[in-house]
Amino acid sequence: MAAAVELEGVNVTFGDFVAVRDANLTIEAGEFFSFLGPSGCGKTTLLRTISGFIEPTRGQVRIGGRDMVGIGPNKRPTALIFQNLALFPMMSVADNIGYGLRVRGVPKHERDEKVKNLLIQVALSEHGHKKVSELSGGQKQRVAIARALAVEPSVLLLDEPLSALDLKLRQHMRAELRAIQKRVGITFIYITHDQGEALTMSDRIAVMNAGVIEQVGNGRSVYAEPRTPFVAAFVGENNQIRGRVTAVADGMATLDTPLGTLSGRNPVGLKAGEEALLFVRPEVLSLVPTGTPNGSTVGFDGEALDVAYEGSVTHVTLRVRTGQKITATVGGGVVPVSGETLHIGFKPQDGLLLARPASH
Amino acid sequence: MGATGGLTLVFGLPLAVALFFFGLAAYERRMGLANGPGFFQRNGLAVGLYLVLAVGFWVFFVIVLPQFSMVDMSFRPKLPPSQMGGPKDVFTLENYRYFLFGSTTSTSSWNWIHIKAFLLTIGVSIAITLFNFALCYPIAFHMAQSAGAARLRILLLLLIIPYWVNEILRAFAFRVLLSSGGIINKLLLGAGVIGEPIDFLGADVGLYMGLSYAYLLMMVFPLYSAIESLDKNQIEAARDLGAPWWHIHLFVVMPHAKPGIASGCTLVFMLCAGALAAPLVLAGPRTLWFTPIVYDRFYQAFNWPQGAAYAFILLVTCVVFVLLVLKMFRLSLGEITR
Repeated sequence: MAAAVELEGVNVTFGDFVAVRDANLTIEAGEFFSFLGPSGCGKTTLLRTISGFIEPTRGQVRIGGRDMVGIGPNKRPTALIFQNLALFPMMSVADNIGYGLRVRGVPKHERDEKVKNLLIQVALSEHGHKKVSELSGGQKQRVAIARALAVEPSVLLLDEPLSALDLKLRQHMRAELRAIQKRVGITFIYITHDQGEALTMSDRIAVMNAGVIEQVGNGRSVYAEPRTPFVAAFVGENNQIRGRVTAVADGMATLDTPLGTLSGRNPVGLKAGEEALLFVRPEVLSLVPTGTPNGSTVGFDGEALDVAYEGSVTHVTLRVRTGQKITATVGGGVVPVSGETLHIGFKPQDGLLLARPASH
Repeated sequence: MGATGGLTLVFGLPLAVALFFFGLAAYERRMGLANGPGFFQRNGLAVGLYLVLAVGFWVFFVIVLPQFSMVDMSFRPKLPPSQMGGPKDVFTLENYRYFLFGSTTSTSSWNWIHIKAFLLTIGVSIAITLFNFALCYPIAFHMAQSAGAARLRILLLLLIIPYWVNEILRAFAFRVLLSSGGIINKLLLGAGVIGEPIDFLGADVGLYMGLSYAYLLMMVFPLYSAIESLDKNQIEAARDLGAPWWHIHLFVVMPHAKPGIASGCTLVFMLCAGALAAPLVLAGPRTLWFTPIVYDRFYQAFNWPQGAAYAFILLVTCVVFVLLVLKMFRLSLGEITR
C-alpha cells in the first residue's frame, strides 16, 4: 500500500519569501501526524499545499502514490478542516454535512442515510435540522469533522481546529479527535502550535521552524531526543547553557561554561573546541543545600527567586551567577524557600549537548 | 379642502404619528420588550429633540406630504382652479378608468396603447434588472473576493467616474455611439461586417443599453458589500469538498449575498421602471415607455389628476411586485437594508 502522503523536495515561495524549504516527508496511511511549530513557520502553507490550494514552487506532492501536480483541491482525496471551521451558516447542520455528497450527485435518500449515520457518529443525531449558529463551539467542531468525513477522504487535514475553544473543551476534543481517527482509520494530518496537542494525539510529529522541517519522530523522541536547539527549546520546557566543548568520550562530552565545567550526552558528535548549547529539562534538576557534594552529578549554585508550589510538584525559578534564570521542577518532598541559595545538580546523562547555531 | 382642515392635516397628522410612536415606546418599556437607555437619555434632550423635529420634518414634508397629495389628486376630476373645492370636486375613479379604457366614462374598449406601454415598461425593467445582475455579479465578486487593494481602487474609480457626467449627457452619448452614422456602425461598415448601417436605436438597443448602464452602480455596490462579508474560507471549504465553481456561486456565495442581491435588484427595477431621461432620449420611434406617458399627462394634456393616477398606478405596481419577489425569496424588507 502506498504511503498516504509523500513530500519530495517541496518548496513554496511567495516572491522572495520562502514559506517552505525542501520538505521531504512520508506520512503512512492511518497515521495521526502533526506539524508542530510557532506561527509563521510554514505549517499552514504546507497543509494548503497538500490540500491543493497552493501549488508547490518546486518539488512533488504525492497522495496515495499519485502525483498531485495540476489537481485542484476539489479533485484531491483530502478534506480540510479550517481553523474557523468555515461551516455554511445558511444551511442546516444536516445540509452542511451532506454538502460534499450533494456536490458529487449522490441521490437524496442515500445522502440522508449517510448524513444520519455521521450525525450519530459525532453524537449530534438530535441536531440535524438546526442552524449552525444554534450549536455550541464543541458541537460546531463535530459538524466540521462530520462534513469532512462525509466525502470519505483518504487524508483528513486539520488546521488548528481546536484553537478557538476554551481549555476544558480543547482537552476533551483532543481525546475525541483521537478516538474518531482510530475509529475511521484514515490518515489525519494535524497542524498546531500547541505542543501538548501534538504530543498527546500524534503517532508522529514534524517540528517546523522558519519553513524547515527540523525533526520528525514520535512524541517521545521529539521530546527526549531533540536533534536541533530549536526543537529542544520549543518542545517542552528546557534550560539552555552556552559553552565550549573541552573533551569527548563514549558519547559524552565535557563543556566549559560560565557556570563551571558541566557535562552531558553528545548525540550529534560534537568535537573538542566546538561551541555548544547544553539543554537540561527542569524535571531532571535536583535542588540540594550548597556544599553537599554528590559525585554522580554536575551542577552549579543558584538563588531561588520564585517558588510556585503546585501540590505534586513545585516549580522553582533560580538565578545563577551569570544572571541567567534557570527553572527546576522538583517533587513534593522538600519545598525550597525563596531567597535561599541552593546547589542545582543533574546527572550528566540527563544533559544534552547540541551544536550552537551561528546566530545564537 | 378648507383652510382649517388643511392646517389640521399638516400639523395634526405628524403630531398624531409622533404621539403614536411615543405611546408605543412607553408601552414596550413597560412590558419589558425594550430596555437600555431611552432615546433622549442617549442623545440628550436638545439633540434628541432636534433629531425628532428634523427627521420628522424631512419625512413629512419631503416624502409623505407630496405623495399623499398626489394620491389625493389622482382621485379627483380635472377642474379649473376656480372650481376646486367646489361642489364638482368629488372623489372619483375616472382617472383610473381612463388608464384602462381610454375614456373617463365608457368601459366599452380597452386603452391598449397605455396598457401595452405599461406592461412593456414592467417587462423590460425586469429583463434589464436580470441582465444587470448577470453583468454586475462577476464584477462585484471579483472586487469583493479576488482583487488586490490596488486593483480594487482602479475598478472603483472606473465605475464611479463616468457617473460624474450628467445622466442626460450619458444618454445622448449612447445616441451618438449607436446612431446610423455613429461610431459603431462606421466601424462595422468599415470592417465589412455589415452592408448597411443597423438601426440600433429603432430596435431599442440604445434604450436597453442606456438603462442598464444608468443603474449599474445601484447593482454593483449592494452586491459588492454583501459578497465582501463572505468568509473566504467558506468558498475554499466548498471547493475542498469537491464543489465545481458554479455550484459554489449558486449554493454558497449567492445565498450569503441574498440580501445584497435583493436590494440591488429592487433598486435597479424601481429606477428602471421610473426612468425618464433614457426613454425620452434613446427609445425608438415605435416604442412607448410608460414614464413619458405620465410626463405627457402632466405637461402635454395638462391633466394633473390623470398624471397623478398614472404615476400612482406605476408606483403601486412596482411596490407590490417587489414585495412579491421578496416574499418568493423569503426575505424581509428589513434584511435588504443590511
